[in-house]
Amino acid sequence: MTIKRSSWSIPYLIFLLIFVVLPLVLIAIYAFQDGEGNFTFENIARFFTDADSLSTFALSLEVAIENTAICLLLGYPAAYILASKDLNRSAVTVILFILPMWINALMRTLATAELFNVFGVTLGKGTLLFGMAYDYLPFMIYPIYNTLNKMDKSYTEAAQDLGATPGQVFRKVTLPLSMPGVTSGIMMVFMPTVSTFAISEFLTNNKIKLFGTIIQENINSSMWNYGAALALIMLVIIGITTLFNDDDEHAGKAEGGLI
Amino acid sequence: MTDKDVIIRLENVSKSFGGKKVLDNISLDIKKGEFLTLLGPSGCGKTTTLRLISGFTTPDSGTVYMDGKDISGMPPYKRTLNTVFQRYALFPHLDVYDNIAFGLKLAKVPEKEIEQRVRKVLKMVSMTDYEDRDVESLSGGQQQRVAIARALVNQPKVLLLDEPLSALDHKMRQDMQIELKEMHQKLGITFIYVTHDQEEALTLSDTIVVMNEGKIQQIGTPADIYNEPVNSFVADFIGESNILNGTMIEDRKVNFIGHDFECVDEGFGTNNPVDVVIRPEDIYIMSHTEGAQFSGTVKSCTFKGVHYEMFVDSDSGYELMIQDYNAFEPGSKVGMLIKPSDIQVMRKERVCNTLEGVMTDENHVDLLGGEFECMPLAGAEAGDEVVAKVDFQDIELLDHQEEGTLAGEVYVILYKGDHYHLTVLTENGDHLYVDTQDIWDKGDLVGISIKPSAIKLSKRNDN
Repeated sequence: MTIKRSSWSIPYLIFLLIFVVLPLVLIAIYAFQDGEGNFTFENIARFFTDADSLSTFALSLEVAIENTAICLLLGYPAAYILASKDLNRSAVTVILFILPMWINALMRTLATAELFNVFGVTLGKGTLLFGMAYDYLPFMIYPIYNTLNKMDKSYTEAAQDLGATPGQVFRKVTLPLSMPGVTSGIMMVFMPTVSTFAISEFLTNNKIKLFGTIIQENINSSMWNYGAALALIMLVIIGITTLFNDDDEHAGKAEGGLI
Repeated sequence: MTDKDVIIRLENVSKSFGGKKVLDNISLDIKKGEFLTLLGPSGCGKTTTLRLISGFTTPDSGTVYMDGKDISGMPPYKRTLNTVFQRYALFPHLDVYDNIAFGLKLAKVPEKEIEQRVRKVLKMVSMTDYEDRDVESLSGGQQQRVAIARALVNQPKVLLLDEPLSALDHKMRQDMQIELKEMHQKLGITFIYVTHDQEEALTLSDTIVVMNEGKIQQIGTPADIYNEPVNSFVADFIGESNILNGTMIEDRKVNFIGHDFECVDEGFGTNNPVDVVIRPEDIYIMSHTEGAQFSGTVKSCTFKGVHYEMFVDSDSGYELMIQDYNAFEPGSKVGMLIKPSDIQVMRKERVCNTLEGVMTDENHVDLLGGEFECMPLAGAEAGDEVVAKVDFQDIELLDHQEEGTLAGEVYVILYKGDHYHLTVLTENGDHLYVDTQDIWDKGDLVGISIKPSAIKLSKRNDN
């Protein structure tokens, strides 16, 4: 008996249905139900009227933006150095930068918290940002490094040939051409930082609550419907930012990026 | 130090990459306003030479001068020359106008003037009305024009072109050749052009520099290079040719394919081995043998559009390529004539392989990294440095690399009328020259073996 080639995809379809589509549908259903299972907008409305929820959400966005900015400022130069044939001749350095990703993020976060503890650093926003930048930096470096690495060297040579100093080459050619990697990196860092809760829990001792934290708290205390509504709101917001990324991808073109 | 006419001068320039010598002591003068082509097979050093001039590479030794000033270490952005890159390298994030205006904006040229100059140069490359187009939406030929416009708008003294037409199809390439030639005449600036296409070089250039293996083989006008190649490499690389072994009997008399011919060359000594080049269109072919210098039988005849290309076996056993407007039936008996002035005699670069080696014991010698059995050399002991001479025909090539004392790769094939003259690249990058009747292809991997009696040793200190 021969199996049609198109039927090879069936296991993956089943997987997607069970682990991606179904949970999303469930979240959507729960978000629009009250405790008794009646349809309601109450949960969504509650978020937009609750000052606490809104301020947590604002703080989450603020922390995510700050973390993304820190990662970008640290990550771009690192990626540039890694991709430059003159400054870095070894593939090992690239792996060293990516290596932390091989260790579970939770373990790294716990270890970081322990280090702060040992050195007597007060946990707070500073330690939170430090931990986030530490966790997410590779996600910024890698897509940018990838784009820079694949960039045709003749572009920078053409710019030099036309009279651009090294600084001008970077500003007018390298930077604009690496934008797909930058947007990709921003998404890779921004999206998970909005929703994270573990890092804020360990590195601020729950002093700072992020959006992810309140979702987790609601779910943990069996407030499924409100938790689902919050999750849905976050999903929509992340979805919107992804759309911006797509637009940039078209404007910038050139291959690269991680997603 | 400079003549007024010379705009770029390379003086004893050498360059190595990773231990491999890419340019070997090159000297070259490029005159103001000329169309100079660097021609050679891939890896001959022509692109490196261009990059030395544009400033993307610096010489290991030697000097690059422009207008009499040493510019060897000057970064590219300070040099008043512009390059058209092989794959154009148009900035994908800028439109046609901004690509062309790139250099002018950097030079802080007023906006008004930029606009005028961009329009003017677009008109010159027949790309008016394309200002706002996305460069990636353009065809290869259009991108090419934009790349040329982007370089020319800066009014460089020298325009460098790195195989600019290699990505275009045949028809497009011919059109662009004519346009480039016209542009050169109109602008009056120096063009330095890199190509591996000999036809392109002959069509475009005022001066051709033929390069091979990091060395300049010949510099001359297209006619010089075609009619009077200085060695068999140039003769083989430029156009079709019959390259034959000959003997210079005396001045104005050379023997090849078993016959004596009158020629116009002098000063090669007497009874010296030489290479003889005859272009296929320079052999007169006729259906009768009386009055002919030699005779033969037509082996094949192919129509080539304007002329017929025939392979003729001479009665003395050599195969010759002949081009003629008349066709001769395969199998027919023909007579042939060659005018003295059409016989090009060239000194042989070498008459045998000369290798440096070390004796490993009494009857073994280490040559090119392989240990060969040899006849004992009187007074030579293990460790002595020796020179080995091996005739071309004494090197045996084997089908499998492991069967030979050395492994190699067939690198260049030259047909010499009755045998092939091969250049074999050994594993260490050395060259061995081999005469053989067998047919090999370029890139074939071969084993190399030499009979002990064929290795003629002498002590290194002797000479």
